[in-house]
Amino acid sequence: MQLTIKYFGLIAEITKRNKEQFEFSGTLINEFLETVYLKYPKLKETHFQVAQNNEIVSKETIITQTEIALLPPFAGG
Amino acid sequence: MTRYDRHIILSEIGQKGQDKLTQAKVLVVGAGGLGCPVLQYLTAAGIGTIGIVDFDVVEKSNLQRQVLFGTSSLGKNKAIAAKQRLLDLNDTISIHTYPEKLTRKNVLELFKDYDIIVDGTDNFATRYLINDASIITNKPLVYGAIYKFEGQVAVFNYKNGASYRCLFPTPSKEGAIPNCSEIGVLGVLPGIIGSMQANEVLKIILGLGNILSGKLLCYNALTTQTTTLIIHKVESEIKKVLSKKESFQNTVEELNCNFNPPEISIEDAFKKRNIQFIDVREKDEFPKVDSLNPTHIPLSKLENNLHKIDLKKKKIIFCQSGIRSKKAVSILQKHNINNSYSIKEGASEILEYINQLHKQQ
Repeated sequence: MQLTIKYFGLIAEITKRNKEQFEFSGTLINEFLETVYLKYPKLKETHFQVAQNNEIVSKETIITQTEIALLPPFAGG
Repeated sequence: MTRYDRHIILSEIGQKGQDKLTQAKVLVVGAGGLGCPVLQYLTAAGIGTIGIVDFDVVEKSNLQRQVLFGTSSLGKNKAIAAKQRLLDLNDTISIHTYPEKLTRKNVLELFKDYDIIVDGTDNFATRYLINDASIITNKPLVYGAIYKFEGQVAVFNYKNGASYRCLFPTPSKEGAIPNCSEIGVLGVLPGIIGSMQANEVLKIILGLGNILSGKLLCYNALTTQTTTLIIHKVESEIKKVLSKKESFQNTVEELNCNFNPPEISIEDAFKKRNIQFIDVREKDEFPKVDSLNPTHIPLSKLENNLHKIDLKKKKIIFCQSGIRSKKAVSILQKHNINNSYSIKEGASEILEYINQLHKQQ
């Protein structure tokens, strides 16, 4: 399955892009993240939440949609 | 024509709506990049009672985005300086200032007197404190946060809706996500995000439109794109907060105890600017590291000597082995004093490093 992954804030800085495509054949978000970590090992230590099709979900969720977003918290004000 | 004529002639607001604004009480925590536009629009709109919490003072580097302040405000407390400007904008409303830090001790009492809370703070410890206190006091929380060119806006705890902990259950490591003073921010960005927060406040009071509850709006100033993400309420997170209701004021902040306090090597510590060195050893411990000109506060007396901590500087803490200094950082975080680092090395190694530096020169 071809997934589009969107990056926000600090995550986009690590990946140096706002979005990209990933080929993925597994089931869970967690498994997919392992694929992403292979490309960006630094993300492994970064705090973020995952959205699937614009809905915040747990990392144990089954991937049913093609759009995933990685969202870090922002501290600034 | 009256001051609020352009509101009143809107059929969706009218005199009735304007009266609701007059009766409303809104507390804005943080009069910085976000707080300034929020306060400006709420004051102009005629919110009858506004509270401003901020312990900080206006610095020159704030003026690039904190639009309530000018050169005449430099060095003044932000809450007080903001009030002066706001009363010139609208002297028919009441503005209460709280030039102090928000803590577990004062937060519940403060929130009690207001209908809506606005989060315009710049650190995770205070953001979680505000979230938890909003749940306990059952107040809607209008949240905003920024990072360089991006912003987030949401309304939490609105009619028993999702909270910040439903989005991010636990805080990030303090220091892991830099704030504006560390990494910079596009000046107009908090203006945009703060204005969106003010808009949500007005909608809540007026009962207009769709409230940004259960949703997180993400704005990117460079691409001018917005993404709205759905946040589901996580009952267990809210219950966890409510279960601590009784002991809330008396418990020590457990927020930052889940992770290791920021550690730093002596080499990196020397690269930092604007720092206060703090030696948390007892008086009779050797070797002394006098060349750093440290402030001496034994760990056992730290909590009673917080006034000796320079809030405007980065705190670099050391001890005999790097263990007590770590504990000291946790204690400071508990009191919402951030920007503190523990040197990994002990005093002997620090001294040796300094001697090496001198030899090289």
